[in-house]
Amino acid sequence: MVKPDDLGKIIDEHPFFQGIDDTLRALLVGCAANERYEAGQFLFREGQEAAKFYLVRAGTVAVEIDVPGKQPIVIETIGEGEVAGWSWIVEPYRSTFDARAIGLVRAISFDGKCLRKKMAADPALGYEVLRRFVPMMAHRLSSARLQMLDLYGPSAKPEKVKKAKVKAAGKTKGTNRSPAARLAKAAKKSKKDS
Amino acid sequence: MTAVPRDPMLPVLFRIEKVRRDLSDTFTMELVPEAGGEFSFKPGQFNMLYVFGVGEIPISISGDPGDRSVLVHTTRAVGAVSSALDSLKAGDQIGVRGPYGTAWPIESAYGQDVVFVAGGVGLAPLRPAIYHAMNNRERYGKVMVLYGARTPEDILFKKELERWRGRFDMDVLVTVDRATGKWSGNVGVVTNLVARGGFDPLHTTAFVCGPEVMMRYGASALEKKGVARDTIWISMERNMKCGVGLCGHCQWGSHFVCKDGPVFRYDSVADLFQVREL
Ligand SMILES: Cc1cc2nc3c(=O)[nH]c(=O)nc-3n(C[C@H](O)[C@H](O)[C@H](O)COP(=O)(O)OP(=O)(O)OC[C@H]3O[C@@H](n4cnc5c(N)ncnc54)[C@H](O)[C@@H]3O)c2cc1C
Ligand code: FES
Repeated sequence: MVKPDDLGKIIDEHPFFQGIDDTLRALLVGCAANERYEAGQFLFREGQEAAKFYLVRAGTVAVEIDVPGKQPIVIETIGEGEVAGWSWIVEPYRSTFDARAIGLVRAISFDGKCLRKKMAADPALGYEVLRRFVPMMAHRLSSARLQMLDLYGPSAKPEKVKKAKVKAAGKTKGTNRSPAARLAKAAKKSKKDS
Repeated sequence: MTAVPRDPMLPVLFRIEKVRRDLSDTFTMELVPEAGGEFSFKPGQFNMLYVFGVGEIPISISGDPGDRSVLVHTTRAVGAVSSALDSLKAGDQIGVRGPYGTAWPIESAYGQDVVFVAGGVGLAPLRPAIYHAMNNRERYGKVMVLYGARTPEDILFKKELERWRGRFDMDVLVTVDRATGKWSGNVGVVTNLVARGGFDPLHTTAFVCGPEVMMRYGASALEKKGVARDTIWISMERNMKCGVGLCGHCQWGSHFVCKDGPVFRYDSVADLFQVREL
């Protein structure tokens, strides 16, 4: 079992809550727990109560959608130093995706109900938590939009572009000598001149 | 030698020594000058490759700048000329003009962390700079390669990325937009890898290459992390004809991409990124 002091230290070291005020961090610690997930275990499942969110300390979490009869589609992965889960802060507090550990994952979890209660009672804490969550949510939204753009284009070989007749070294119509031969001659001449 | 003959519009004849298929639509060619000699270039520069009877296109050099015996180009077949190039094989000849354009200022990043941010085939123009950083590893702080591809099947230079990742002195992170098959790596856009950091933003030089939208968002993710605009470099693409600043074909705002670019310092072009239909 991790002592509250150690939990506080871990929270402070994680980029998400880095630099948070001591009093507010003490409030956070009261809702936090140290957790560990083996490969394949779910941190949360779509449709279930979004009871917690996680500061990922080590490992990778896949955020995915279950597709009946098919492999789940991974939408994004969340790694060390990042946060998994924001539905705990948005009514009706239900997870909108599955989150699965890809390998061993170590994380600090926060109990959503516990934290919401403290945030309602202490506006400074409420502001501090939202101030950190909102940019993260905005970043995720813009990343998802970018991902939808299919920036790199299709991978399939483009429809055979009408293959222009490539005559790498052969004769080109209408000339006495092939372009390659003309270049060879020019190269020879430039070598001789130099 | 360079492939720039007396008349800058006259290509020099090169023979294809080897062709390697990288992806279903992307291939790497090794070329040697028919007349013999060596080819020197700076990382980030490009050549105009002429497929006889078809046309000429700008393609960046993707080989090791330390190896002058062979000229390496990695091309994605997207249209008439690049597809014609794709149909050539070892022993065939093409015309080459170059090297042209500005280079990644990799030497001016000595003493700094260097972050290479690449998307899709954009890894190819960055590879010479990555080679330089590896060949001069002791001169840099951290060296990071952040690479994004469409799917795991679209990862360019996969074996090489794995080899680089195996080194203890380099961080290589790869992400895909869509996971397929047994992929258990990162999923998400390459800008997410930038957001994770791992470099010292105040002492970082970043080189970004890929589709224009990716570069725009990539540069802005670097800025958000605290990297200054004047230490971020990008490589632009525009249609080209002469390649030497004569025809105006490649004009981008007040710049000619062939002559003033393709590598630009981000602060000198950031505003142009926001201008539509340029
Ligand atoms: C400085 C510079 C360096 C470059 N380096 C490389 C490189 O290392 N490797 C490489 O593969 N390409 C590179 N390019 C892009 C390459 O020059 C173009 O893909 C090529 O000119 C297309 O010519 P094409 O005749 O094959 O296609 P076109 O017949 O001109 O075009 C056919 C279709 O492909 C589309 N298209 C054109 N260019 C691109 C593109 N870049 N990406 C996606 N679709 C496109 C067009 O919109 C059109 O629909 C570089 C461009 C510049 C300016
Ligand atoms: S291609 Fe002619 S000016 Fe750039």
